[in-house]
Amino acid sequence: MTALPETTARKLGLVIDLDTCVGCQACVTACKGWNDQGYGVPLSDQDPYGADPSGVFLNRVHAYQMQPPEGASVVVNFPRSCLHCEVAPCVTVCPTGASFKRAEDGIVLVNEDACIGCGLCAWACPYGAREMDAAAGVMKKCTLCVDRIYNDNLAPEDRLPACVRTCPTGARHFGDLSDPGSAVSRLVAEREGYALMPEMETKPVNRYLPPRRKGAAGVAPLVPLVDVQATGLAGWLDRMLGKI
Amino acid sequence: MHPAPSVILFTVLSGLGFGVLAVLGLGALPLAGWAAAFAWGLGYALAVGGLGASTFHLGNPQRAWRAFSQWRTSWLSREAWASVAALLVLAPTAMSDVFGWGLPRILGGLGAALAALAVLCTGMIYAQLRTVPRWNHWITPALFLAFAALGGAIVTVRLPWALGLCAILAGLLVAAFQRGDGAFAARGATLGSATGLDRLGAPAVFELPHSGPNYLTREMIFVVGRRHAAKLRVLAVVLACLLPAAILAALPAPVAAVLATAVHLAGAFAARWLFFAEAEHVVGLYYGRR
Ligand code: SF4
Ligand code: SF4
Ligand code: SF4
Repeated sequence: MTALPETTARKLGLVIDLDTCVGCQACVTACKGWNDQGYGVPLSDQDPYGADPSGVFLNRVHAYQMQPPEGASVVVNFPRSCLHCEVAPCVTVCPTGASFKRAEDGIVLVNEDACIGCGLCAWACPYGAREMDAAAGVMKKCTLCVDRIYNDNLAPEDRLPACVRTCPTGARHFGDLSDPGSAVSRLVAEREGYALMPEMETKPVNRYLPPRRKGAAGVAPLVPLVDVQATGLAGWLDRMLGKI
Repeated sequence: MHPAPSVILFTVLSGLGFGVLAVLGLGALPLAGWAAAFAWGLGYALAVGGLGASTFHLGNPQRAWRAFSQWRTSWLSREAWASVAALLVLAPTAMSDVFGWGLPRILGGLGAALAALAVLCTGMIYAQLRTVPRWNHWITPALFLAFAALGGAIVTVRLPWALGLCAILAGLLVAAFQRGDGAFAARGATLGSATGLDRLGAPAVFELPHSGPNYLTREMIFVVGRRHAAKLRVLAVVLACLLPAAILAALPAPVAAVLATAVHLAGAFAARWLFFAEAEHVVGLYYGRR
């Protein structure tokens, strides 16, 4: 049903720490790896080893440079995946009922058996979180790894989204953002986590933690090494060769 | 937005078809026998042909019937219902005109209203998208309705109406171009709001997440071909509105109908191409280009 639930019992989502993300793309690979064999059809690639490769990914990591008013400029790595919005426009535009938001945990999913591949939901999403699979002609999006987080066949520590489980710096957190006492909610409160593009009125569940403000860059410890004077035999050679 | 030929073809042809059907349904062009069969046949062919073209851009057209299920929330679903309802409801009136049954016109009027509703739904599919600020305005469905009405009036050479509608559509087109140019900035979405980094400084793209194109960049970030937009805008207004009006006013009806329709269609295609090519989706912000 493409009518949105009035409320959801829980609001499962991700909290992404832009301070710790190093842009290693491990979450991109883990996401593709898991979802290639998980929920729905595989994430197809077209011409993967050819001159013009392209394919479906549910998570992509951008990099932005930013010049704060004071101090050194910073590079911010910026993972982008579905934010499991409370007022998800991708769901209400869907003509077939393939796109839906679950009342029990707020996860936004696509029922691929009902999707006609019209692409309207991808147009309605401000965040570019949906990509059409060119091989199967159906819409793919982040499932919040619904086939991991409730999966009793996995070890308890693996019942996390693949991207969260794999992140080497712990920059991705998963939890219930409707519960103010949950670890993710506390993190958001402490670090002033925010939602993306509030002017789109989609009320995303996912939150981003801003990069911490850094002081002015000190003098790099390597600088004196550049002017090293060779001594002994190397120094003698250096002087001799310099004269030739 | 990528101007997909199938979608341009669909929206222009089905709009024109529903315009013709509405004129005939209202009984504004009294015809009988073969003439009626030809006119109604043309209307149906355009509308049905356009709907057929729309399935070309679907990933799984064999499931298209599912698009009827979500009429309570989805404009695309409503469009499917209104289109089919208009085609069905108008059928008895068409037969009555061809075979001279003399059915009451009220049914044709209802069919005309449904045809207008179908066109309105098409416009709303685009107008509902907050993500494409240029489209996100009442002027979008107004444009679709004006195109359909004018197309119908030109094909059937309904004279005072066609001339008035030419003026209305020309006005709407110019207004839409002007409003659209400032719409993205007015919406307030920037790379800063898209990433939230505006709270720390001014962000700029450092590196893209992928080196080649993907679905998003192909479908929603269309930057080539806007170079000739200014010229095309003039061409669209002249061909879709001004020239057909002049042709209709100057030439005798049968010649005028053919000539004006051809010119109007060329203008309508130009306008619809621009409608997509000039529309910028906010997701382009993440990629540093719109
Ligand atoms: S991020 Fe996009 S795809 Fe995900 S729920 Fe929000 S609007 Fe829908
Ligand atoms: S692409 Fe599939 S999920 Fe998206 S709106 Fe169309 S039918 Fe619904
Ligand atoms: S939650 Fe799962 S599907 Fe979503 S981005 Fe992470 S790995 Fe991909």
